[in-house]
Amino acid sequence: MTVKFSMTVNGKPVQGETEDRTLLVQYLREDMRLTGTHVGCDTTQCGCCTVHIDGKPIKSCTILCAQVDGCEVTTIEGLAQDGELHPMQNAFRENHALQCGFCTPGMVMSAIGIVDRHEGEELDEKTVRHELEGNICRCTGYHNIVKAILAASEVMNKGA
Amino acid sequence: MYEFTYQKASSLDEAKNFHGAGEEPKYMSGGMTLLPTLKQRLARPSNVIDLAGVPDMNGVEVTADQVTILARTPHAVVAANADLQKTLPALAKLAGGIGDPMVRNRGTIGGSTANSDPAADYPASIVGLGATVHTDRREITGDDFFLDLFETALEEGEIITKVTYPVPDRAGYMKFPNPASRYCIVGVMVSQKGSDVRVGVTGAGACAFRVPEMEAALSSNFAPEAVADIKISADGLNEDIHASAEYRAHLVTVMAKRAVAEAIG
Repeated sequence: MTVKFSMTVNGKPVQGETEDRTLLVQYLREDMRLTGTHVGCDTTQCGCCTVHIDGKPIKSCTILCAQVDGCEVTTIEGLAQDGELHPMQNAFRENHALQCGFCTPGMVMSAIGIVDRHEGEELDEKTVRHELEGNICRCTGYHNIVKAILAASEVMNKGA
Repeated sequence: MYEFTYQKASSLDEAKNFHGAGEEPKYMSGGMTLLPTLKQRLARPSNVIDLAGVPDMNGVEVTADQVTILARTPHAVVAANADLQKTLPALAKLAGGIGDPMVRNRGTIGGSTANSDPAADYPASIVGLGATVHTDRREITGDDFFLDLFETALEEGEIITKVTYPVPDRAGYMKFPNPASRYCIVGVMVSQKGSDVRVGVTGAGACAFRVPEMEAALSSNFAPEAVADIKISADGLNEDIHASAEYRAHLVTVMAKRAVAEAIG
C-alpha cells in the first residue's frame, strides 16, 4: 500500500513513494531531513508543523503526502533567499520572539499567512493575537511574537 | 495510523465505485476530522477515498433569497466571501470561527455536515437556518438530517454535493468555544424569516437540535429577554472533562440570548 507523488518543496521538484498513510510532516522530516517543521502534539492544535501548501498555511501533521501530489510546499527552510532572512524571520530575531524555538517555525509560517491575508490593511495587535489561535507557545507568553509579526508586517507591506 | 489504501476519485461516480468496492471505505474531504481520528487509531477504514479531485464541488453562490455552499468549499473561503458577509453574516461568522486559520484552509462544510461531530459548528446552522442538504441522490431537509451521535440520514456511500440556505430576515450565531480546540462547548444559531423562528443548538447534545420553547417565545417577542428565563433540561446533554451537562444546559440559554442580540444588531 504505497503511493507515488510529485511535488515541489522549497522550489525543488521532488518525486517520492511512500506508504498511503504517511503524513506530509513525516515525509518532510524523516525522508527529506527537513527537520525545521516540528511535531508538537497529536491533536492538530499546536501548529508547530505549519507549512505553506500552494501559498496557504496548512498543518502538515494533518495532511497525507498523497494529498499533496502536484502541490508547491514551502517549509521554514525555504524562506531565506540567497542567505538573506525573510523579513518575518528577521523580525522574530530582532524582537526576541522565541525562547526554546520549538513553536517558532510554525509561528513564522503562520505569521506570514496573517500578513498575507491582511495585505494593504493596517494590521493590529488584536487581529494578530486572534489569528494565532492555531499556534501554541509554552515559553514566551506570545508577547514578543506579536511584536515581531507587527514589525514584519510593516516591512513586508512596504515591499509590496 | 492503521494502514489503509488511499484512493483519489476524479468524479462522483468513481468515488461511489471505490466506496462500493471497498471493505470498510471512508470518504475524505478536507481531512480535518478524519485524519486526527485516524492518528488516534479511533477508526480503521480499509480505503480512504479522497474527494479533492471531484470537479465542481467548490464555491459559494449568494442571491437575495438563497445561499449555496458547495460541499468541498473550505471554511476560509466561506468566511471571506464578501457577498455572504453582506447577506448572511451569521453564517460567514460561523465559518470564520471554526478551528484556526490553518484548519479553515482545509476543512469543508460537506465533511463537517456528513460527520456530524456533536461539537461542530455547521450543524447548528443547518437546523438553525433551515438548510437543505443536497446529495448525489436526493435532497434532505435540515430538520431530518441529524439523527444521533455521529449519525445522519445519509445512506451508505451517499455523498453531500452542496448545502443551500434560505436567506433569513435576520440571524445571529454565538458559540462558547473550548479554548484549545475551539470546538463548541455550546453554539447557537438563531434566525427569523417572516413568522418562522429557529433556534439551532450544537455542542450540547448528541447532535444538533432545535429548542421549540425558545422558538415560540421569540416568535412573540424577538428579543434576548424572551429566552432569558427558558432553561433547557440537562438530561441527555453531553458531559465531559470540558463541561458538565448542567453547565451546557446553562450555556444554551446564555448563547441563545447573545445570538438574538446579535441578530437584532
